[in-house]
Amino acid sequence: MAHAVSPATHGHTVETNTGLDNRKLLMWLFLASDCLFFGSFIATYMLYRDRNVQGPLAKDLYDIPFTSVSSFVLLMSSLTMVLALAAIQRADMRALRIWLLATSLLGLTFLAGQAFEFTHFWESGLTLERNLFGTSFFVLTGFHGAHVAVGVVILLSLFDASLRGKLTPDDSLAVELGGLYWHFVDIVWIVIFTLVYLIEPQ
Amino acid sequence: MAVSTAGALKAHGATSESGIWSWLVTVDHKRIGVLYGVSSFFFFLIGGIEALLIRIQLATPENGFLDPDAYNRIFTMHGTTMVFLVVMPMSSAFFNLLVPLMIGARDVAFPRLNAFSFWVFLAGGLLLNASFFTGGNIFDGEFGAPDGGWFGYAPLTLERYSGGHGIEYWMLGLQILGVASLAGGFNFAVTILNMRAPGMTLMRMPVFVWMTLVMSFLLIFAMPVIAVALFQLSFDRLFDANFFNPAAGGSPLLWQHLFWLFGHPEVYILILPAMGMVSEVLPVYARKPLFGYPFVVFSGVAIGFMSWGVWAHHMYTVGLGPVANSAFGITTVMIAVPTGVKIFNWLATLWGGSISFNTPMMFCLGFITMFTIGGLTGVTHSMVPSDYQQQDTYYIVAHFHQVLFGGALFGLFAGIYYWFPKFTGKLLNEALGQVHFWLMLIGFNLTFQPMMILGLMGMPRRVASYPEDYGWDLWNMMATLGAFTIALSILVFMWNVIVSLRRKERVGADPWDGRTLEWSIPSPPPEYNFREIPHVHSVDDFWHRKYAEDAQGRPVPVPAGGAALVEHDDGRSAHELGIHMPSTSYFPLVAAIGLPIIALGLIYYIPLVFVGAAVLLIGLYGWVYEPASE
Repeated sequence: MAHAVSPATHGHTVETNTGLDNRKLLMWLFLASDCLFFGSFIATYMLYRDRNVQGPLAKDLYDIPFTSVSSFVLLMSSLTMVLALAAIQRADMRALRIWLLATSLLGLTFLAGQAFEFTHFWESGLTLERNLFGTSFFVLTGFHGAHVAVGVVILLSLFDASLRGKLTPDDSLAVELGGLYWHFVDIVWIVIFTLVYLIEPQ
Repeated sequence: MAVSTAGALKAHGATSESGIWSWLVTVDHKRIGVLYGVSSFFFFLIGGIEALLIRIQLATPENGFLDPDAYNRIFTMHGTTMVFLVVMPMSSAFFNLLVPLMIGARDVAFPRLNAFSFWVFLAGGLLLNASFFTGGNIFDGEFGAPDGGWFGYAPLTLERYSGGHGIEYWMLGLQILGVASLAGGFNFAVTILNMRAPGMTLMRMPVFVWMTLVMSFLLIFAMPVIAVALFQLSFDRLFDANFFNPAAGGSPLLWQHLFWLFGHPEVYILILPAMGMVSEVLPVYARKPLFGYPFVVFSGVAIGFMSWGVWAHHMYTVGLGPVANSAFGITTVMIAVPTGVKIFNWLATLWGGSISFNTPMMFCLGFITMFTIGGLTGVTHSMVPSDYQQQDTYYIVAHFHQVLFGGALFGLFAGIYYWFPKFTGKLLNEALGQVHFWLMLIGFNLTFQPMMILGLMGMPRRVASYPEDYGWDLWNMMATLGAFTIALSILVFMWNVIVSLRRKERVGADPWDGRTLEWSIPSPPPEYNFREIPHVHSVDDFWHRKYAEDAQGRPVPVPAGGAALVEHDDGRSAHELGIHMPSTSYFPLVAAIGLPIIALGLIYYIPLVFVGAAVLLIGLYGWVYEPASE
């Protein structure tokens, strides 16, 4: 937001030293912290990718076209998230609800893809106990999926609040914070997809 | 202590309510600070009793007071308690009490998140200690506590090497404590970056606030790393994953890297707040400004950055190779430089000052001397070949007690004696304070200097007993006597707190002729802190309102300065003054209760996890949808 006092937040902001709302600064710090969280899990995955003593291995299981499609779905949800924020900033609550719902549905589609992938891998004999790949893959992508699920809960809570009139155009910051979180989860997926799926699997 | 402090706050009209309920729902940073202080002191007594048990066992060779299994559990809980349940939360007590007052704010940025931090901390601490009762009959010495040491090296903490539920309480307890620390780190970083009074630029902040800011960032970046390590251990133990299973190719070094990548910043998380406090207390009793304020600040910041590049000095002997060992040896030597800069700045602050040697000052001087010894022994560990000899000996034990007890705890006691009158309106007794200090200093040196000698003689740490003819008897007996001397000094301190709180006479707002903003408001402070938010013009602003300088640079009292500048408290509440304060809330407590239920569910009965998650969600939803202020 380049303009300092947007009409949407007028009257609700408390003056701060940095000019950033406390809640927005909190969200940025949380995301910074979460980088280290995913960073540690990704580092573990990279450390273990060629240390398996038995299969099935990544190269036996990955279906890159399928995961590319679900990654594309997740990336598109960032677009609808931006449209949701733009809608509440111009006080168009109907458009806000449409885009919030669309974002949630895209997120749920991604989660469904992940559930399908997990089931498929599981049935092919890959479990947490089976090998290091199973351990590090399920836990890393599982935590990412949990982040997406929390994001969907946040989006649906915003949707619900707007239906009940608890979310007004004055509260665009709430949508903006949800959006920051959502985009972050997307970006983390780009890193995971690149490092875990696209670099030639072992 | 909680009740009498509550009484003190109440008597002065500082809080509108009293009674247990008002403490359960409070979001006032000063009350949360008191809660942190009292609970961490309670855990300090538990950790201290554990230390005494260890010392009784080691007092004489081939002693049978504790069997080796119980000994392992006791020293694990002693270390875990002192790090996570004493020094960290006692520092949190001071952030809560002081940071908003020092930056001229009415509360922290997120008062309910602050209450949540405290309740989560308490839940984690109680869960961790509940592990004692899981091993059978505790009165027969059948402890169920964790036995993996405070850094819990996997795979030794896997089920096959450590059965029972002890490690599970430990890993889930620490995970919960991590949530509390993270929430606190976010809260204080935002508070300090965003809530400063007009004119309080970053370079006008008290050093304690600066150190809190650096420490908050260390928490923000270090806690997720330990969270990952603990999650990995949890998946291994609870769901048979393979992160640390060597048979599946899992690496035992993974835990060590993750733990120490957290663990070394953690060391500075423990010491930076104490350094900040000493930097506040010394100038007051030397009646001089802190020497080289920017140097002290930037060396603290430098320590914050460099603490991320030294972790493998805990791992010299695991075989990382000469290149890695040399690199970490160099960074470790380098991190001693900003620490040394601080010590010289403190000494220069004392130089030529008119020093009063009362209790807070004595603890500061104890801090500087003991911490210097601790720091220098640390430098000896940074030398790789020398460390090969010291690894896993009592020399290491002596070193880290020298920095964490001789450093952090002496600093914390300096803070307690210095700020006690601000929050209770009563001074601690000076004579008892001196007795406390000298007993503690003598006891401390009697305990830990012999350990240096024992370590150099080759006594390994973490052994439950030792043979008779190794020449270790005398030094061990000395250390045990020292430990009981420390315990005696703590009894003197507790006695001091009790008699001082019962005294009738009250102190004014500014008993020490202080330099920072908290001394410009009544003792104890009203719930809204500042009736009018101050405007700040320099470092030590309150001092400069009281004193001008003559031609020789000596302080000259400003007419109508001093007491006249202190805000007057006529007992009117925030509401009557038209000041908006955050509303009380029980939702942080509800949400916090959910976490230990989830943990118990993971250990015993999975469906309980959903109950805990539901409690957590109800707490969070209630919290989000209730109005934040009246």
